[in-house]
Amino acid sequence: MDIGKIDQIIDKYDGEASSLIQILLDIQSENHWLPKEALTRVGEKLNVPMSRIQHITTFYKHFSLSPKGKHEVHVCVGTACHVRGAERILDTVHEVTGVGAGETDPDLNFSVETVSCLGCCALGPVIVVDGEIHGNVEQAETAAVLTELKQAETTEVMQKCACE
Amino acid sequence: MSRIKSPAELEAFRKEILAQRDPDKPCITLCSGSACNATGSGKVAAALELEIEKQGVTTEVVSRRTGCHGFCEQGPIVVIYPQGICYLKVQPEDIAEIISETIKKQKIVERLLYVDPNSGERATLEEDIPFYKYQKRLVLGSNRKIDPRSLEDYLAVEGYQAIAKVLFEMTPEQVVGEVKDAKLRGRGGAGFPSGLKWDFARNAPGDQKYVVVNCDEGDPGAYMDRSVMEGNPFAVLEGLMIGAYAIGANEGYIYVRQEYPLAVANLTVAIEKAEEYGLLGKNILGSGFDFTIKVHRGAGAFICGEETSLLNSLEGKAGEPNARPPFPAIRGLWSKPTNINNVETWANIPMIINKGAAFFSAIGTESSKGTKIFSLVGKVNNTGLVEVPMGASLRDIIFKIGGGVPGDKKFKAVQTGGPSGGCLPEDLLDTKVDFDELSQAGAMMGSGGMIVMDEDTCLVDIARYFLAFLSDESCGKCTPCREGIRQMLKILTNMTKGLAKEGDIDLLFELAEATKGSSMCALGKTAPNPVLSTLNHFREEYEAHINEKRCPSLSCKELIAFHIEPEKCKGCGACFRKCPAEAIEGGKKRIHVVVQEKCTKCGGCHEACPAAFDAVKILSGVPVPEATPEEARAIG
Repeated sequence: MDIGKIDQIIDKYDGEASSLIQILLDIQSENHWLPKEALTRVGEKLNVPMSRIQHITTFYKHFSLSPKGKHEVHVCVGTACHVRGAERILDTVHEVTGVGAGETDPDLNFSVETVSCLGCCALGPVIVVDGEIHGNVEQAETAAVLTELKQAETTEVMQKCACE
Repeated sequence: MSRIKSPAELEAFRKEILAQRDPDKPCITLCSGSACNATGSGKVAAALELEIEKQGVTTEVVSRRTGCHGFCEQGPIVVIYPQGICYLKVQPEDIAEIISETIKKQKIVERLLYVDPNSGERATLEEDIPFYKYQKRLVLGSNRKIDPRSLEDYLAVEGYQAIAKVLFEMTPEQVVGEVKDAKLRGRGGAGFPSGLKWDFARNAPGDQKYVVVNCDEGDPGAYMDRSVMEGNPFAVLEGLMIGAYAIGANEGYIYVRQEYPLAVANLTVAIEKAEEYGLLGKNILGSGFDFTIKVHRGAGAFICGEETSLLNSLEGKAGEPNARPPFPAIRGLWSKPTNINNVETWANIPMIINKGAAFFSAIGTESSKGTKIFSLVGKVNNTGLVEVPMGASLRDIIFKIGGGVPGDKKFKAVQTGGPSGGCLPEDLLDTKVDFDELSQAGAMMGSGGMIVMDEDTCLVDIARYFLAFLSDESCGKCTPCREGIRQMLKILTNMTKGLAKEGDIDLLFELAEATKGSSMCALGKTAPNPVLSTLNHFREEYEAHINEKRCPSLSCKELIAFHIEPEKCKGCGACFRKCPAEAIEGGKKRIHVVVQEKCTKCGGCHEACPAAFDAVKILSGVPVPEATPEEARAIG
């Protein structure tokens, strides 16, 4: 991630150490994960030791210390979705993408996360694929949405190979 | 508009706004809360704007995108005022007709009305729909009338009247007294008397004090705080400001989960607007009172809903709790006296000041006053946010407002209070929503999640689910919580897998007592509640899992098997086509068979089998019958 961009974010919070979490949230949302260089820069600018930054980034669920896949799949496992069969949806996501909860595939195509309640309980079970909410999903529908994305990725790779 | 410098200027501005608004002019409001946005409210809004222009009614009609109306099951929702005509599940293609019929000809578009599933009758007005009819929407009521980003809209519904009254007509002591007299109790879970809490912070020594809004609504299945924050942020700001004046604080913080982007966005706009009009900042309304607010986003930790953890997180640290005392009222944010309340609590404050403590305390029961918002979710027909007076019975909420359990399934339990709460069975449905009565019944008010479960929900699995959540969210600082939850979870997981042993129930009780008695903060102290309440009310389900390796709800995957009854199978192939695991052997006019080794127990075949055949059975606690031999599978 561009150092200038990181500095810009830090400056927005007047370089205050108490804004550490807010700064990391902004970097995470900009870059989708927190690379080591970014954390080092934040530590230097805020005068905060790396041990504290590591504590924060591993304590809060939203932070990721490894790159995320191109497509982010969030499966709601809040109580309302749970009683409406979220576990089975999660199984289907795993079956189709080969990626378990909290994981990313080696090709960086898919990241799968579970979330505890998106507040769309009326639509449960709910999955969010690349920011788009799919409500009242059944296993077949989940599989269809993800298979389409997966096929698109495969085609892209094949085209690339063909070009090269 | 420049800064408003006095109460007189505020009233003049309010009059000016109201004078520009014709109460008889049709106003189309469109719910734009998160749930309706997910069902396409954005596209409906675009269609609305386009169609108003196209049909040339720009001057005859006002349109407004509002916060959450509450009836999320039926979104996107359109309500047309002044009549209150309510259209449900509105799609972009419906808009042209709404304008041409309802706006131009005052005709109702029948197909968009609510239809009572029992009587088949239609309801034209919002107030005639049973979901709304039995509610008392004192806090949520404004959500459907105002654009959450418009200060003018908030002023039009008596906004900022309370702060003007407080700053110019009341002493801080009187404000605290009013909240005490109202007998308001905290809406975040524990139900501590708010006035008393304010008093502690007010009387604590120190010049610098803080007020904080807790909008770290982490309870899975609860989203009322989000709806208030998204739909009526100015009410929260006004409430916070009143509290700040009462305890002597000049700085406030609002802690919002980052999972609620719309709440953060609306809140940020509201703060900017309030600053622009001088309703935040220096010398508010010329009273000499200064107040500023900062928004802090949470980064995903359930424990931050606990107040000392939240304050640590606000300071930029990991959200781990501190031992109390000292309570935040004495030693809170940056070690200064701090008063922290939940969103709903703050949103009640302007109303208490405007209408008086007597008005508020006349609603509810002896020990719980006012209204409470619940998110009624799970296996219930009318999912959504409901606001009821304290003292309403669970039965009325679930069956009268919620419309009961979908399909012909039987109600089994209702879970209130989130991961700290408990499950109540049918014979406790007449329990009233009241802080003390719910606790006595073995559940709790909590922040307001109300999850309905039917006969298909396994309560051993529900206990396991909550402990898995809590085990994940325990910060790990104190051993009883970290290890106690983990051990209970291990036992429960074994039960759902058929690996439980005799004596496990006693062990659960023992672990629950230890965790409850010796954990540092509320997360650990209340963590055993889901286990204890299900053990108390549904012990036979636990025993079936342990002794017979049977799941009575046919839900625990490892304890069930799918089987096609050969004499009922008509060889239609529906299950065969649905099975994602290729675990069904079939063929034209042949009895279908589930290959147990391949079956992933997804339940697809059970759903696919036509009701008239009803051939796919779920078995638990009994051996699966031998598959029909290949040569005997031909039908007819």
